[in-house]
Amino acid sequence: MIGLDFSSALAAWPLLLEGAIVTARITLTAMLVGLVWGTVLAVARLSPVRPLAWLATLYINLFRSVPLVMVILWFFLIVPEVLHGLFGRAVGDIRLASAMVAFALFEAAYYAEILRAGILSVPHGQMEAGLALGFTRGATLRSIILPQAFRNMLPLLLTQAVILFQDTSLVYVIGLADFFGMSYKIGDRDGRLTEMLIMAGAVYLCIGLLFSRLVARLQKRFSK
Amino acid sequence: MISIRNVSKHFGAFQVLNGCSAEIARGEVVVVCGPSGSGKSTLIRCINALEPIQAGEIVVDGVSLTDPATDLTRLRARVGMVFQHFELFNHMSIMDNLCLAQVKVLKRPRAEAEANGMRLLERVGLADQAAKHPAQLSGGQRQRAAIARALCMDPVCMLFDEPTSSLDPEMVGEVLEVMVELAREGMTMMCVTHEMGFARKVANRVIFMDQGAILEDAPSRTFFEQPGTERAARFLSRLLDR
Ligand SMILES: Nc1ncnc2c1ncn2[C@@H]1O[C@H](COP(=O)(O)OP(=O)(O)OP(=O)(O)O)[C@@H](O)[C@H]1O
Ligand SMILES: [Mg+2]
Repeated sequence: MIGLDFSSALAAWPLLLEGAIVTARITLTAMLVGLVWGTVLAVARLSPVRPLAWLATLYINLFRSVPLVMVILWFFLIVPEVLHGLFGRAVGDIRLASAMVAFALFEAAYYAEILRAGILSVPHGQMEAGLALGFTRGATLRSIILPQAFRNMLPLLLTQAVILFQDTSLVYVIGLADFFGMSYKIGDRDGRLTEMLIMAGAVYLCIGLLFSRLVARLQKRFSK
Repeated sequence: MISIRNVSKHFGAFQVLNGCSAEIARGEVVVVCGPSGSGKSTLIRCINALEPIQAGEIVVDGVSLTDPATDLTRLRARVGMVFQHFELFNHMSIMDNLCLAQVKVLKRPRAEAEANGMRLLERVGLADQAAKHPAQLSGGQRQRAAIARALCMDPVCMLFDEPTSSLDPEMVGEVLEVMVELAREGMTMMCVTHEMGFARKVANRVIFMDQGAILEDAPSRTFFEQPGTERAARFLSRLLDR
């Protein structure tokens, strides 16, 4: 039995950092774009304009019923086609870009459902109070309903962010080296796969736990 | 100030308001009462254009709500409304509740809005609560804050929909006191309430509704001493029996 040797993990830190940056970029982009687009989808789904509500529902159900891996692959294969069609020439390495687009559009569907529940959790009278003060429907939604919806749903939004963070490791299917992918590559190269996987697992565990603690704290604060 | 002319409204096949007419002059205080489901809330919500009407006309301060050219959003900014469940915005402080529409709708500078807000909080006895959140206040305090919030917009008239019915009995008085004061200062008020003490004391008139129709519209004294319809008399005696 050979002892565990973590020296290659230490030596490869610049590469690991590079991988971590890829993970962070995908997570943050998907969170920000996903939240904005998810908010639009949630509002559209609740809109009294039937076709709009219907389209939003279709989008949300579509993305929620296909596996994420498939979405990542789709975009890896489709985005270059579209870019090629638009600009008329081959594009460079689109793995990161396609991953960011795929995650953002996918997360938006999940955020949309969380936010829809959040909007519905705000009493109907708040909209009337906003209107009675001379706000338009849109302005009431923006200044009064959505802030409360976000606040009520903050723990769930954060939980979804943790899931997203863990799911970014799926980009290995398009050969993109995020933190996990990079760890795997280095482990494979140096014959230290076990150590690298333990190290990567520990990092995901720590970050995951940290977030869970944060969520629990927020939940406690809001339930007061 | 408020003219309600032959107003009818239905939700689908259900007729909620049936040919209602009433005039409320500037400075008048009118109490609306009647059994549950008689359409009181709906009537008052129509005056603020929160509900569209299917027939008739409503004119508020010279502005017709049924005229398609009327900017209903602007009209609502000039009509104050107080709700049964307060409807303060729970994610902001009391002062922010008072300032939000002043700043965003009336485009007042923040400092002016705050000064105005503070003046009104003093008036309802809540000057020391400005920085608190609604959840930290009692029901009576919340409703007084909600009244102050409506007054911040310098409304031409005030609509109240059962402002005291979700309050614990010991808090009803403090809210009614604010309303009495407001009436004394000459505010035009239309108030759905079952507080007959308030009606007797400050209302010029009482409107009695049943099944979507205005059955009586009488000076409050007449209404209490000799109600014109049997239904109103029964309603009153049941209220007094409680
Ligand atoms: N949005 C709606 N859709 C369908 N019916 C409604 C709607 N709003 C109110 N109604 C019905 O209209 C009737 C009158 O309602 P309204 O709330 O005006 O009565 P109210 O006199 O204020 O009663 P309460 O004393 O219980 O507040 C009720 O029968 C109610 O069920
Ligand atoms: Mg009512």
